[in-house]
Amino acid sequence: MNIAASSTDAADYVAAQQIAADALPAAGTPWLDASRDKAKAILTDVGLPTTRLEDWKYTNTRSITRSKFDPVLRSESWSDTAVIEQLIEQLKVPELKSHRLVFADGIFVSGLSSDADLPRGIRVMSMAQLLQSEPEYLKSALGSALPESPHGFTAMNSSFISDGAFVEIGAEVILDKPIELLFVSACSGKDRLGLPRNLVLCRSGSSATVVERYLSATKSRSLTNAVTEVILDGSARLNHYRVVDESADSFHVGGLFVQQDQSSRLDACSVVLGGGLVRNDVLVNLNAPGAAVDLTGLYLGRGRSHVDNHTHVVHHTPDGTSREHYKGILDDRSRAVFHGRITVESGAQQTDSEQSNQNLLLSRDAEVDTKPQLEIYADDVKCAHGATVGQLDDGAVFYLRARGVGEDEARKMLTLAFAADVLAKIEQPALKGYLEHCVNDRLSFVPRTS
Amino acid sequence: MLSVTNLDVAVNGGMILNGLNLEVQAGEVHAIMGPNGSGKSTFANVLAGHPGYEVTAGSVIYEGQDLLQMEPEERARQGVFLAFQYPVEIPGVSNVYMLKAAVNEIRKHRGESELDAVKFLKLVREKLKLVDMKEEFMHRAVNEGFSGGEKKRNEIFQMAMLEPKLAILDETDSGLDIDALKVVAQGVNELRDASRSIVIVTHYQRLLDYIVPDYVHVLAGGRVLKSGGKELALELEEHGYGWIKDQTAEPLETRA
Repeated sequence: MNIAASSTDAADYVAAQQIAADALPAAGTPWLDASRDKAKAILTDVGLPTTRLEDWKYTNTRSITRSKFDPVLRSESWSDTAVIEQLIEQLKVPELKSHRLVFADGIFVSGLSSDADLPRGIRVMSMAQLLQSEPEYLKSALGSALPESPHGFTAMNSSFISDGAFVEIGAEVILDKPIELLFVSACSGKDRLGLPRNLVLCRSGSSATVVERYLSATKSRSLTNAVTEVILDGSARLNHYRVVDESADSFHVGGLFVQQDQSSRLDACSVVLGGGLVRNDVLVNLNAPGAAVDLTGLYLGRGRSHVDNHTHVVHHTPDGTSREHYKGILDDRSRAVFHGRITVESGAQQTDSEQSNQNLLLSRDAEVDTKPQLEIYADDVKCAHGATVGQLDDGAVFYLRARGVGEDEARKMLTLAFAADVLAKIEQPALKGYLEHCVNDRLSFVPRTS
Repeated sequence: MLSVTNLDVAVNGGMILNGLNLEVQAGEVHAIMGPNGSGKSTFANVLAGHPGYEVTAGSVIYEGQDLLQMEPEERARQGVFLAFQYPVEIPGVSNVYMLKAAVNEIRKHRGESELDAVKFLKLVREKLKLVDMKEEFMHRAVNEGFSGGEKKRNEIFQMAMLEPKLAILDETDSGLDIDALKVVAQGVNELRDASRSIVIVTHYQRLLDYIVPDYVHVLAGGRVLKSGGKELALELEEHGYGWIKDQTAEPLETRA
């Protein structure tokens, strides 16, 4: 039976791209046109993902395809940047001193950004501006960290490449002050699509911190389809934080795609505090000996929210280290998916890899599907993985109550304790304090389990 | 202080306590002894408000109030303290954090202001000495990775911090070597005073060499079979629990 519904599919976005193509930044640049066209062809070919795909088995995108989202491709009449400004003021991380770029529905808002005092050797700017002024500078890097077979959303992002952040940390430059990229969705009305495309280049021996934050300006339904590529040259070090804290009516598909050279180190922390449907893809390629990656994650689910973390670490070469530790706290009727895949290629001897996923269910109606997966083609490696799903320890609740702590407070204390080790790893004290506060705040309702 | 009358308690449908009676006056130390499965620990847990037990009959009056109507936290705030037989490990919550929350909840209940960090730490240092614990324990997660002896000392330390009116020590001596036992006993003795009552639940007489009780009660089959002074514990030690069985007219129900 065929039920007619006002649903959309990839063709709508392909059509939107075709209409917009000539006006996209640096349109007419042959390599970029070819790159966008190729992505468009992939999108046409694979379409938007459905649960028939193994990688989307537990995440139904119907809530996204039910509406047609209108891409925001250039700065519109931000007649009311005051609204965004106010929001930024409300949601800023207290005491976090950062170089900040602000994006409204994916488009750079220079008036709200504070990137004036950047040290030498560092470039932080709008992707659209760089594409227009120096497209050739991006030719080799842009798109180079993407998966070989991207899913439809990633292809969609690549078919537009309109704006986002470009960050380059020069060789041997140590940047103490974090670079904060603030993406505010739902700025320009209902059903808008933001397509931030970010590129972070860490030259050899450099060290920096990048914080990506995704917030909603209003409660309007919105879709954010964000892609960040990170390239770490030899011995470069990056602390990367990705915080999604959007409204319950927002949809968010995000990708973090990484290439790591010799002895480089990435510490990437993903925190999902809010959003109707959030899907995060992470792909890390360890391409040269001695590269190390540490992925941590914390996701909170409540109401009917859905959070899906898909991570893939590929050890291509020997002596690589990977750590992955994701934790979820799920309440109400929320659902979460964790799929952590680690591939150790045949040449990647002496790989040291550990992965864990732990989930705390606060309600009987919450649900998690967790799938840790190891694929090992080398014979001299150390790999461990595991997953747990549990509830609060009743014995611990009683112990705290027997000391005078009220039941709700005891449950909250234990829930925060569950998240503590993920938050403890955050090196920026201001950010750590802020996220602890946010987690505390979001869990303030923690109910009694029946 | 505490008046327990004809208390019946069931767990998963099985009767554990069966008509238990006990009177404890302020300042008294009572020892409750008995064989395994006699209901000693059940009694301790019921007094603290453990939700896993169902009181099917009887009453417990604490300071003129119906204790059984109170939530566990309410009992703690009113001065009831249970030193757990098996103190729970709580990863991610530091001892100092939990205690600060507990102390301030109890102070709030008494209408006192919250202790500031300096005063709190001063109190902590003072009480730590009582049980010979190092300050570093305060910053470790509650009981996590503690040895058996450290866990029990931590219970007595918490008791010293919270200054209860009625302290129930549930097999605080189990798993302790003789040195640790002495430290724990000394800590408890320091807390003895005319306004504080202590109920010691134990299997062995050993602890009572160091904490000398005013009264000893022998529990079997979920009720008090015999009560007496401290000498009763010595008789028990000498003759074993079988002796009590012979002393009482009623046959004991033996529990698996």
